[in-house]
Amino acid sequence: MSRTVVIGVGNAYRGDDGAGREVARLVQDRVSDELDVVVCELEPTRLIDAWDGAQAALVVDAVASGAEPGTVHRFDATREALPSREFRSSTHALGIGETIELARALGRLPEQIVVFGIEGEVFGSGTDLSPGAQAGVERAVELVLEEAGCTSRR
Amino acid sequence: MSEPKRRTIKTDYLARVEGEGAMSVRLVDGKVDEVELRIFEPPRFFEALLRGRSFLEAPDITSRICGICPVAYQMSSINAMEDLCGVEVSDPIRQLRRLLYCGEWIESHALHVYMLHAPDFLGYEGAVEMAREHPDVVQRGLQLKKTGNELMIVIGGREIHPVNVRVGGFYRAPTRRELQALVEPLERAREAAVETVRWTAGFDFPERAVECELVALSEPDTYAIEGGRVVSDQGLDAPVQKYGDHFYEEHVARSNALHSRRSDGSTYLCGPLARYALGADRLSPLSREVAAEVGLEAPCRDAFRSIVVRSVELVYACDEALRLIDTYEEPDAPAAEVEPRAGVGHGATEAPRGLLYHRYELDSDGTILDAKIVPPTSQNQLAIEEDLRQVVDRYHELADDELKHVCEQAIRNYDPCISCATHFLDLEIVRG
Repeated sequence: MSRTVVIGVGNAYRGDDGAGREVARLVQDRVSDELDVVVCELEPTRLIDAWDGAQAALVVDAVASGAEPGTVHRFDATREALPSREFRSSTHALGIGETIELARALGRLPEQIVVFGIEGEVFGSGTDLSPGAQAGVERAVELVLEEAGCTSRR
Repeated sequence: MSEPKRRTIKTDYLARVEGEGAMSVRLVDGKVDEVELRIFEPPRFFEALLRGRSFLEAPDITSRICGICPVAYQMSSINAMEDLCGVEVSDPIRQLRRLLYCGEWIESHALHVYMLHAPDFLGYEGAVEMAREHPDVVQRGLQLKKTGNELMIVIGGREIHPVNVRVGGFYRAPTRRELQALVEPLERAREAAVETVRWTAGFDFPERAVECELVALSEPDTYAIEGGRVVSDQGLDAPVQKYGDHFYEEHVARSNALHSRRSDGSTYLCGPLARYALGADRLSPLSREVAAEVGLEAPCRDAFRSIVVRSVELVYACDEALRLIDTYEEPDAPAAEVEPRAGVGHGATEAPRGLLYHRYELDSDGTILDAKIVPPTSQNQLAIEEDLRQVVDRYHELADDELKHVCEQAIRNYDPCISCATHFLDLEIVRG
């Protein structure tokens, strides 16, 4: 299999934390025949399984680094670890950065892995995205499609 | 008179525990002056959130308290509602609940044993560093965890925060065929779990003992998971409905979590050590055999050896899941009808970290008037502090970094779920 998988990570019930999931959902709506799309919570085995066998993985998650809400950060984790400032350890034992490093140590990373981080603002209970995160989602969808070489499909 | 020699050791972030918190230890002239676990994740107010909601919503709302043990929250809340409403569920539903719970034990214990706890014993910073030198071992842990996830997906609908669970039973019962598909991965997981016991039993342990009372649920014919009476190694034997007569909670200013005590004010411990001490004779033959092979006696009061006990429980959870699948017959209906009643209901189950108690007061239309949730980590907090005090006393001559490491390890022995306890971790050692 030489496909690209788009993985939206987050908790749909914690406000802007659901931004990555929303990106994956929108990408699926647009190009489901070209890309594999997975929506999941941040769980290490699930994440590693999601990109197993794919040539490239584009992972989208929400971040809280202090940047302007809606900013979309792009990190190529193919050869180096994610910066810890944007991807701090999760309270759930293994964060996305650690999961990528775990997979790297196990030889279970795809040939290319890019992580998009959407700067969130509100991480309280609820299923709505803040206006800033919503704008970030729209930008991230275009960036993901561009990265995957699907820009013509609008 | 000279100034007392003060020493402070501080860790601002305690890794490899669930949730966020901090610990500080103050030593004066080499003696422990104070040990504190501080919890600074905001209290979650789940108890308040439940007030005014329907009793049917409690399993889904409370499952959100923790991403590692959602089934525990669901099952304790369901037990409480069914206790009050006088519901008896069918055997297949009871079996499915236990099977789902086995999935959660496998997921949670595999995560803790392999990713969080083992690196302490082998001298690695964390699972990533361990994976670089022992990829096959870490791969085995991930495979175990994945099998737990699969159980959760088939029965619960998802690997985290299952959506198929309701008061009275399930929204949809899996078919025999769906469960049969889990047999092969579970057989492999059981083999991996046996290897896990042999692997962890070979670690170096400092030979220490926890002194306090051990409390767990107990069932006459089986290792208690999804119900039972509240028992202890000091003679307590009470129905869950009398939990409040034997335990109380107090608020401690430094922590957002409530601290639990026995009614006489004493400290107690729940979790794997307590379960094993009080129920080892009811484990499956294979689990007992493997425990005997590695010399794990019951009771085991060494918190450092809790990793071996968890590993034995992994064997049990796989073994038990296979037994449940083998005997499963699809229920006539996925759930029993439940009519609300006014009154108070109590429920408790054995979460991976220990006893989880729920109490609800409902009005006649099923609206929740009051809710009380006592998670295992808040019950264990005092025991963890007492144990830390002893650990620091014994190892105070170590350099700060080494002492800090031992303290962190001592805390991780208890697999504290700080998210649940605020209801936790930075580490501060003050040598004054």
